[in-house]
Amino acid sequence: MSLHVPTMSEMIAKGETPEILFWVGCAGSFDDRAKKITKALVKILNHCKVNFAVLGTEESCSGDPAKRAGNEFTFQMQAMMNIQVLNRYEVKKIVTACPHCFNTLKNEYPELGGEYEVVHHTQLIQDLINTGKLALEGSETYKGKKITFHDPCYLGRANDVYEAPRRLIEKLDAELVEMKRCKSKGLCCGAGGAQMFKEAEPGTKEINIERTEDALETAAEIIATGCPFCNTMMTDGIKNVEKEDAIKVLDVAELIANAADL
Amino acid sequence: MLKIILFSLLVIVGFGFFGYNIWKVRSNILLGRDVKRSDNFWTRLKLMTLVAFGQKKMFSKPIPAFLHLALYAAFVITQIELIEILADGLSGGHRSLSASLGGFYTFMISFIEILSVLAFIATIAFLARRNMLKVPRLRMSELKGWPTKDANLILIFEVILLVCIFTMNGADEAAQVLSSNSTYGFTVSQFIGPVFFGGIKSIETLHLLEQIGWWGHIIMVFIFLNYLPYSKHFHILLAFPNTYYSNLEKKGKFTNLESVTSEVKLMLDPSADPYSVAVDPNVAPLRFGVKDVTDLTWKNLLDAYTCTECGRCTSACPANQTGKLLSPRKIMMDTRDRMVEVGNNQRKFGKSFDDGKSLLHSYISEEEIWACTSCNACVEECPINIDPLSVIIDLRRFLVMEESKMPTELTGMLTNIENNGAPWQFSQSDRLNWANEE
Repeated sequence: MSLHVPTMSEMIAKGETPEILFWVGCAGSFDDRAKKITKALVKILNHCKVNFAVLGTEESCSGDPAKRAGNEFTFQMQAMMNIQVLNRYEVKKIVTACPHCFNTLKNEYPELGGEYEVVHHTQLIQDLINTGKLALEGSETYKGKKITFHDPCYLGRANDVYEAPRRLIEKLDAELVEMKRCKSKGLCCGAGGAQMFKEAEPGTKEINIERTEDALETAAEIIATGCPFCNTMMTDGIKNVEKEDAIKVLDVAELIANAADL
Repeated sequence: MLKIILFSLLVIVGFGFFGYNIWKVRSNILLGRDVKRSDNFWTRLKLMTLVAFGQKKMFSKPIPAFLHLALYAAFVITQIELIEILADGLSGGHRSLSASLGGFYTFMISFIEILSVLAFIATIAFLARRNMLKVPRLRMSELKGWPTKDANLILIFEVILLVCIFTMNGADEAAQVLSSNSTYGFTVSQFIGPVFFGGIKSIETLHLLEQIGWWGHIIMVFIFLNYLPYSKHFHILLAFPNTYYSNLEKKGKFTNLESVTSEVKLMLDPSADPYSVAVDPNVAPLRFGVKDVTDLTWKNLLDAYTCTECGRCTSACPANQTGKLLSPRKIMMDTRDRMVEVGNNQRKFGKSFDDGKSLLHSYISEEEIWACTSCNACVEECPINIDPLSVIIDLRRFLVMEESKMPTELTGMLTNIENNGAPWQFSQSDRLNWANEE
């Protein structure tokens, strides 16, 4: 099934107004692994006939990595240019699969003139299930499988979203197993604060290895994430212990899309 | 009469010196920039009640939480006995409240005594945790020297306070037995009084012991009170304002620097003429980010005074756990040390004095600042809502925007964002390619 990905400019040209903008983000647009998450989410949106659009080539970096790296100029330049685009299209609601974009758009754009309702993709999918637009009943794909959820810092502690991804994993009829450090006590994957784009400072261990060990302790077959950067870090961690055949690192959107056979 | 005069002197000196120190602390905190934290009265009051008074966040570690609660409850309730000590001292009376309160008085003192026993056990347990058990967060390098001595000193002060209370009540009970074969009925000291002091058959000696306990307690209270502003233990007072003035926003929201906003707006406005913008000569240009404590906000500085160096932040920090140099606790300790230094300098040599040092570089290194993943674990963990992350990020901002010092990979990342709207070198025109790829 080919993906239906309308852009904002196309829709406006046709005189249509999408209900929601899908903010893809840089990782979701360019990173090979994260692109699969993007496509999984689009499959879900298409399947549920959600009236959405993307900005396409009009989208630009939210500015999050610049802000966390301490460069407020670059951040605010990006933010204000994005806000101009978003406001021109009169965007009201945004969904994103990246907790960093989510946090920045939701919390840091309003003061700069960009006020939108911003939801994380796990929240949107939960809503689609609750309103009956997406059904997973009877799906055997992940039935009884042990799945652990790694809380992205910018979704969990930063924005207090802990339940949506977990409720989705439960919908899979899977066994949700928690790591010893989870929810508000969850350990970072090591990518935040612009660390993704630099070498770690000197130390005795990589943070993603420490976190991977937490996940291994649960004996889960699948590590679920809700962030493209956490996904990279956990995937690398699993590769580091050579367990990539036994343990999969998947985004919650991918789990749902697979379970719904999309 | 002599006792009343001596006591009055003690009270005046004790409170006077404390008042002077509080004035110094206040002026040190006000070295910081302003930040608005006076809105949402009821939300803040509720937060303070839960987090400071109710110690809500302590209970994720139950054992230290219960020990801490015992010590804290004893500390709060003992203040009632302190009222009586003040009344007795200023009037020359003995147990001034007992006549008017009657049976309730016995209940009250008994309650204080029971809590004091629990507090005594807790204090001994805390001394053991610090000095015998190897609790990792209490043995880290930033605690070497003075911070460790400070922690032990406070606990020893508490032992002395408790010993004095039981000496006072116990000797009183023993004297009561000796003189009239009766008892005040205080739950603990009616038993331990005769055990420790029952062998003394002189009423004068027992009265002397009672007086030693009484004076010992009140002198120790004033020493304790005046030691607080120099100690990590200041949190027993500052936890309340510090939680009241907590950040109420989502933890992920970083501040947008206003000075940057105005410049960016100018840059993005094609019709703007930057030279036509009036510059107010009375307003000092703001630094981008934080170099020294005077660039921080008063709340950051209140945080620093409030920190009791428990190290929960550092033990939750992913960078610290994996052997990196960063310790959020050290960030707060450095901030406090530097603030006190700048405050003393300014009072001694005038406001414009420059000692050539700064919080960044002289106290906190670039390596520490760059180890942070901004994961908010330290902020989440702090039992009294201290925010080390905002200090770290503001220091990072100064490094990047004022000194252009950053890891080279980040220079590349920032250039990519500026040139092609992504942290990697992909063209913005390729942003939708994924939609057509298999």
